[in-house]
Amino acid sequence: MTPKAIRAEGERLFAAFLQAGAVPVETDLLQPAETLLDLYGEDIRARAYVTQDPLRGEMMLRPDFTVPVVQAHMAHGAEPARYAYLGEVFRKQDRHSGRANEYLQAGYEVFDRQAPEAADAEVFALFRDLLQGLNLRPVTGDIGILMAAVRGLETSDRRKAALLRHVWRPARFKALLDRFAGRAPAPVGRVRLLERLAQGSPSQLIEEAGTFVGLRSAAEIEERAEALVADAATPPIKAMEAALLYDLLSLEAPAAHALTHLRGITALLPAIEPAVDRFATRLDALAAKGVDVATLAFEASHGRTALEYYDGFVFSFLAEGMPPVASGGRYDALTGVLGQGAFIPAVGGVIRPELVTRLKAGAT
Amino acid sequence: MIRIGVPSKGRLMQDCFDWFGARGVTMRRSGSDREYSGVIDGIAGAVPVLLSAGEIPRELAAGRIHLGVTGSDLVCEYLGTNAPEVQELARLGFGHADLILAVPNVWVDVDTVDDLDAAAAQFRATHGHRLRIATKYHRLVRDYLQTQGVADYQLVDSQGATEGTVKNGTAEAIADITSSGETLRANHLRILSDGLIHSSEAVLWASRMADCSAEDCATMARLAGMLGVPVTT
Repeated sequence: MTPKAIRAEGERLFAAFLQAGAVPVETDLLQPAETLLDLYGEDIRARAYVTQDPLRGEMMLRPDFTVPVVQAHMAHGAEPARYAYLGEVFRKQDRHSGRANEYLQAGYEVFDRQAPEAADAEVFALFRDLLQGLNLRPVTGDIGILMAAVRGLETSDRRKAALLRHVWRPARFKALLDRFAGRAPAPVGRVRLLERLAQGSPSQLIEEAGTFVGLRSAAEIEERAEALVADAATPPIKAMEAALLYDLLSLEAPAAHALTHLRGITALLPAIEPAVDRFATRLDALAAKGVDVATLAFEASHGRTALEYYDGFVFSFLAEGMPPVASGGRYDALTGVLGQGAFIPAVGGVIRPELVTRLKAGAT
Repeated sequence: MIRIGVPSKGRLMQDCFDWFGARGVTMRRSGSDREYSGVIDGIAGAVPVLLSAGEIPRELAAGRIHLGVTGSDLVCEYLGTNAPEVQELARLGFGHADLILAVPNVWVDVDTVDDLDAAAAQFRATHGHRLRIATKYHRLVRDYLQTQGVADYQLVDSQGATEGTVKNGTAEAIADITSSGETLRANHLRILSDGLIHSSEAVLWASRMADCSAEDCATMARLAGMLGVPVTT
């Protein structure tokens, strides 16, 4: 298989995106590391190639397109907008993973305030059409429902914020939920800490701890110490609420069936109703595009991996024994983070031409 | 010729020479005190290569030395855990040091990595930048914090005097090697109760990348017999 064939496949996808109404967009290969680090955290260093420029500081070889495309749109885009791109991304891989360090991505992004669910369906259906005949398994999810469920919990804002902050780190999220729901004991260190905090006021304890060093102020330390004491007195999340959330985390069903199930628990978890309504609207939009929602796979926890920023609809097109051939989702919050106050709902995704080419070669 | 990488100075070099010496492989520096070359008595066909301990992992991975003595921390940092380029032959029982996470002692609200994560969220919201952790062990620290699900921190490079970075205002916390904890205490820092990232000691490693002639293989087998270590695979 020649890179030329892969490039040609990329060009085919790119042309189809333009045909669908997208404007071509180019981004730099070298991206300022700061923006990506602030967004993804240090974990991105394990995945992205970092280099040093004496004038511009730390730079990264483009690990994805979404961030620079969003930045370009927020800086000087008109609304609504559809963008298409084709180019290399660079990712460090684990030893022996056999995965490529540099590969083409063809992408399509929609910035539209009018009908977000229709835009979700538009991207998904476009990808489905372009990947037809490859025998891929589409999987969808909706992180917005999970986030709405957390926001609706009857517990302290601090606990909700802690859960929302770790929604993309499933193991950590579950550890926190187990603790807040009283299913796991507080860590030994926490018990000791609370005992110590019970012995005196935080300011007194700070005083006794000796010389003050560091930028984190006494006020910050006191504030969190008091919050810890308050948290210890916060009752656990009610068993029924917690059970619903655990149920939601593991919900995997055909989309139409999942909707019925979610409607069923909305009475018990009213906070998720708007998100479930959006899910229903999206299924209608998908059905209107000819997607069979009675069989379309839905997994409530799909797309909850670190290094992602999806906060609504998510989808992948999967084949056995290879990375996702295509993936995407909605990232409304990201536009707010990168737009310095400005905000626009956005959804998009990427296809990997190399994998499409491999599948096509295998099929013939 | 079997090339054995050994630390070129200090206590680690002496302990290393003693370990080999106790097994009949006598190493010593040759020439003047300042010249980095050495000889081995007791076995023919092998030569010590005096290197900075930090460079030994790289030399092993490149196959430029057949054997090497250096800390497990340095091998894990430069080559990753369970690196296929090297094989652990023996733990040598010296050079013990722990890579730990430490925070200011006045952080009375922080006892565990879980607390550090929460403090990092609060710190970022308050100060507008991620909580800085000074270290030279970037890979080990990042892997540990990622496993623990810590967010909103950044690693800042510190190649020395790391304990001083908090007082000097260039970091909020540190991850560094300590053996007694004296320096930490003197700099008003405290180790997190679950802040042990890696427990290091000097290890004899074999390179899986080095070429061996028939003669080298024979030397290696003899050497392994004297040292009481498995013959490399």
